[in-house]
Amino acid sequence: MGKTGRFGEYGGQYVPETVMTAVHELEAAYDKYKDDPEFNSELRTLYRDYANRPSMLYYAQKMTEDLGGAKIYIKREDLNHTGAHKINNVLGQVLLAKKMGKKRIIAETGAGQHGVATATACALFGLECEVYMGAEDCKRQSLNVYRMNLLGAKVTPVDSGTATLKDAINEAMRDWCSNIDTTFYCIGSVMGPHPYPTMVRDFQKIISEEIKAQLAEREGRLPDCVIACVGGGSNAMGAFYDFIEDKSVRLVGAEAAGRGIDTPDTAATMALGTLGIFHGMKSVFLQDEYGQIAPVYSISAGLDYPGVGPEHTYLRDSKRAEYIPINDEEAVCAFEYLSKTEGIIPAIESAHAVAAALKIAPTMDKDKILVINLSGRGDKDVYSIARYRGVDLVEE
Amino acid sequence: MKNRIDACFEQLKAKGEKALVTFVTAGDPDFDTTEKCVLEMFDKGADIIELGVPFSDPIAEGPVIQRASLRSLKGGTTLDKIFELVKKLRTKTDKPLLLMMYINTIFRYGTEKFFKSCAQYQIDGVIVPDLPFEERDEIAVQAEKYGIYNIYLVAPTSADRVAVIARESKGFLYVVSSLGVTGTRSEITTDFSTLLAPLDGIDVPCCIGFGISDAQQAKKMSQFSDGVIVGSAIVKIIEQQGSQAAPAVGEFVASLKEPLKG
Repeated sequence: MGKTGRFGEYGGQYVPETVMTAVHELEAAYDKYKDDPEFNSELRTLYRDYANRPSMLYYAQKMTEDLGGAKIYIKREDLNHTGAHKINNVLGQVLLAKKMGKKRIIAETGAGQHGVATATACALFGLECEVYMGAEDCKRQSLNVYRMNLLGAKVTPVDSGTATLKDAINEAMRDWCSNIDTTFYCIGSVMGPHPYPTMVRDFQKIISEEIKAQLAEREGRLPDCVIACVGGGSNAMGAFYDFIEDKSVRLVGAEAAGRGIDTPDTAATMALGTLGIFHGMKSVFLQDEYGQIAPVYSISAGLDYPGVGPEHTYLRDSKRAEYIPINDEEAVCAFEYLSKTEGIIPAIESAHAVAAALKIAPTMDKDKILVINLSGRGDKDVYSIARYRGVDLVEE
Repeated sequence: MKNRIDACFEQLKAKGEKALVTFVTAGDPDFDTTEKCVLEMFDKGADIIELGVPFSDPIAEGPVIQRASLRSLKGGTTLDKIFELVKKLRTKTDKPLLLMMYINTIFRYGTEKFFKSCAQYQIDGVIVPDLPFEERDEIAVQAEKYGIYNIYLVAPTSADRVAVIARESKGFLYVVSSLGVTGTRSEITTDFSTLLAPLDGIDVPCCIGFGISDAQQAKKMSQFSDGVIVGSAIVKIIEQQGSQAAPAVGEFVASLKEPLKG
């Protein structure tokens, strides 16, 4: 990292002047608490007693035998409280907000997983919570909207733009501009202005730390390949981070190609994006020649974002990680495959990582080890997968 | 050549007037309307005009300018078409014109190419709400090279930053009236004498904007500043009257300028 908050040339703090003091305040607070033994001890206790960490590293024997290549392990982030990796970051940020004396938490959400995690942490800490969610996503994920309401959060549908994740972020930023004194913006991915990409990665890096320790115990060695899905990129940063210096470990991000990278209905930022500055950061975005941010599409609301975290762009450029597009059909097949083969229903986001593993594992020798980061569970997606397969589910 | 913004504030000072800076989104609802509105506003007392370059995701804007950006983009507005508009305007007016825009638009266009075009078409400055002082180097060299001012913003939260930013300001300092995004406010309660106290002894005009929607507010805000900036209230008239908006916009601008004449 060169300049403050930069990964190579990526990152930065491109936000309105009104929020600059808040960004600096957050930077100072995070610097103070990140190495504070008491803060970390509280967070570790929350991870263990509340979030159900460490998450299990499961040897997927049937899948391994079926594919006939590398030995496959699955990191079970889906077994965390609230059903995804999002809780790791949220507990860290909300604990920090509490230490900073903030009374109100705002968040954006796509699929609803980050919103649910934030609403959960706010219920636990007794803080006011407002979640911005694209009106389109509210429809796709109505169960999660109800879940957030149950947890005491206010969910505000966002109608502007494409009414999806990026618009929810726009609206959350506008709220932050208006309520800077009282409000903490809990960003859900490794994106936004510094210090968010670094801070969120730090709260998620426990995933790779655990994988490393668990695999050392089971196999006495490092994995050969780690695969995670990438929207903004938080579960992937978490799964990659502790392996970045271990050059023998291949790091693979699976991004959402939607109906295919040769169609306009895609969210494959790494495959098709160009350099830009948006949502507080310099990184890669799907945009037109004039820099208008493109509408994106994926069957997965959680990967439906036109940008990617700056550290991923840096890892790509430095050839430390590679990113492959997975389309809707491949993801849905992987969703069904994992359900039938291992009895694990993955989130449709995580199914993109499973789909990448289905391609990569057979090309590896049997003495190699591949780890899939299963970032979330798939209960929330059953309706949309059924719809995709032409089955209309109606509950009486 | 002297920057038109500097010349403008010198003339106003000599006359004992405060500046009226107005805003319209370029291409809302079409370029003919923008041209008419700009000329009408200059005619009725606007001293400086900001042309909003529409962006798909304007995070610093309230609903009024968000909707205007959308209307303009739907009509096919691009930066190149805005430069064409400026070219036309420059045959009819020599008053200061600024572009208010998001950093990604400049970055994607090519920073060097962008400022070269600004100089060619005689744009005097840019206001980039998502480019804070710390990131000014993104455009500083190219802006300086072509003599285009990057107008800095300060906000009620800026505190110690006000003096630091003001000292490097050129043209004028854009003072954001209150927390939040653009759009009308019923009341502005910011304590400007405290916020702007650090400006004592720093020789840069300051103009207050965000939420000023009538002559009374303009008058009140002008007591703390060298001018006021009005955007959403004008865009709202264009939203209501469409391509017929120019006379009403002109009338409104005249009412805003009246209390600023001293």
